[in-house]
Amino acid sequence: MTVTSARLRVGPLLAASAVLAGAALLAVLVGPVRLDPGAVLVELADRLPLVDTTSGLSAPETAILWQLRLPRVVLGGLVGAMLALAGAAYQGVFRNPLADPYLLGAAAGAGLGATLAIAHGPDTSAWPVDLLPVAAFAGAVAGVAGAYALGRSGGARTTTTLILSGVAVAAFLTAIQTYVQQREAETLREVYGWILGRLTTAGWREVALMAPYALVSTVAILLHGRLIDVLAVGDDEASSLGVRAARVRLVVVAAATLATAAAVAVSGLIGFVGIIVPHTIRLIAGSGHRLLAPLSLVAGAAFLILADLAARTVMAPAELPIGVVTAFVGAPFFALVLRAARQAP
Amino acid sequence: MTAIELRGVSVALDGRPVLSELTLRIPGGSRLSLIGPNGSGKTTLLRAIAGLVVHEGEIRVGDATGATLSRRELARRVALVPQIPAVPAGVTVGDYVLLGRTPHIPYFGTETRRDLAIVASVLDHLDLAAFAGRRLDSLSGGERQRVVLARALAQQAPVLLLDEPTTGLDVGHQQQVLELVDTLRHDLDLTVVSAMHDLTLAGQFADQLVLLDGGRVAAAGPAREVLTEPVIAQHYHASVRVLEDPAGGIVVVPVRAPQREVVR
Repeated sequence: MTVTSARLRVGPLLAASAVLAGAALLAVLVGPVRLDPGAVLVELADRLPLVDTTSGLSAPETAILWQLRLPRVVLGGLVGAMLALAGAAYQGVFRNPLADPYLLGAAAGAGLGATLAIAHGPDTSAWPVDLLPVAAFAGAVAGVAGAYALGRSGGARTTTTLILSGVAVAAFLTAIQTYVQQREAETLREVYGWILGRLTTAGWREVALMAPYALVSTVAILLHGRLIDVLAVGDDEASSLGVRAARVRLVVVAAATLATAAAVAVSGLIGFVGIIVPHTIRLIAGSGHRLLAPLSLVAGAAFLILADLAARTVMAPAELPIGVVTAFVGAPFFALVLRAARQAP
Repeated sequence: MTAIELRGVSVALDGRPVLSELTLRIPGGSRLSLIGPNGSGKTTLLRAIAGLVVHEGEIRVGDATGATLSRRELARRVALVPQIPAVPAGVTVGDYVLLGRTPHIPYFGTETRRDLAIVASVLDHLDLAAFAGRRLDSLSGGERQRVVLARALAQQAPVLLLDEPTTGLDVGHQQQVLELVDTLRHDLDLTVVSAMHDLTLAGQFADQLVLLDGGRVAAAGPAREVLTEPVIAQHYHASVRVLEDPAGGIVVVPVRAPQREVVR
């Protein structure tokens, strides 16, 4: 009897975690300076409580590991995890396979915030945090909040109204953003670089900035997995099953927006992760969100770590924008998955 | 015991009155067919009982007023099978029927072994056990209707509301579904309220008929009293013959109204 296929299962999650661990290790080892795998593992183990060993890494190698590679891998993993999780959540509560984390104006809002910070922001070199991520975060949250308020104000509470409100808000914010960008032409390059997404500035500070939001969003979305499944039958039927659909959607959208805003704040706009990762998982593991959400989280992290590895190695010493890699690698891979799924019985 | 009682229930949708001052008492364990022309308020009445539309007046479900019950509590008392249920992509029959347990599972909780056992027994009861792992969107119309019914039964609500349960089914499957509902009603001691378009089936599978027209009760009573040629002509603007089935029951057959002679 396969009544429990929507439930969380340990096997697939362990497999995905193993892939993530492999991807992370590979990304830590590969770069202009190659690190010895054994020594890196010993060095990492040394930081565990109650373990005291010597890895044999030189001081520069230790610095490369701890100050360059690891924070970048961890941040890439966090960003990928949040985008994929938010994508799965948005697609679930909107019952729309094309929904992505940027659907409700998060991208346009973040873009406007970042552009304003780049073009008109004060000098923040003395501040404890940069203005750019804060402005992008605020812009993303404000964009989605605006779309939600607009969608609800008409009285109609259908998901289509909400999505259309998101389209309107996004178009409006993008218009302002383009206007500011055109007026401050010298910022064009920096704004463009931000929009394409990057992890080049990754450090532990960015990780610390993002981690609390990531944690809150993850807990909130994972707790709502079963209820997102109930929403699949539509708001009306969900109501007749005893679920307040609009409230569940609001909570999940708020959590997914927080996750998206945090990711966008530290990495710019990295497209495609929020669409292809959840869809690939759905084709492999089914559409139940209790399994889909955590698997998307882990697979999204692995995917972005590998994409970043490609971004910084294929044209070394130059770097490709990571958004280019996610689309260039992701689109054909997604096409393959779709084909395979169609051929399966 | 009264399962459902409506007192002066009115519903307006977008400012347009759909139900007006409806008063109705449905005894526990009974089967009632709601009939009436399109737009007469059948679906809205079912939705009002299920708590899905805002209404004036009082609707009592069992010993409590619907308005005082939480959404979950109401869902444990009333199960609604909509006319056109959503078919979520990629969901298996087992998982879909498990959704019926939603009102019994705590907000952040997960289904217990008991919930799974109830789903298994409902699937067995409806001869669907072999379908548990099949995808809902791969089933035929008749199979799907049984699955939707299974989800409603998994709710274990004493009141079952069916909104045109035979829509889109051929005559054989229409009978099968209604026979199944009748057997379940008997086995599980359910109160069944169905909105029906087919007047013959509505009469055959109900103790009482309630004819709605313009949001009001136009006629109520056993089939023999409600299904008469003048009543149907008046409220449906239809030309029918009402025939007596020798085996008992009433048959309503649409006939073509006499045509005016064509003048050459």
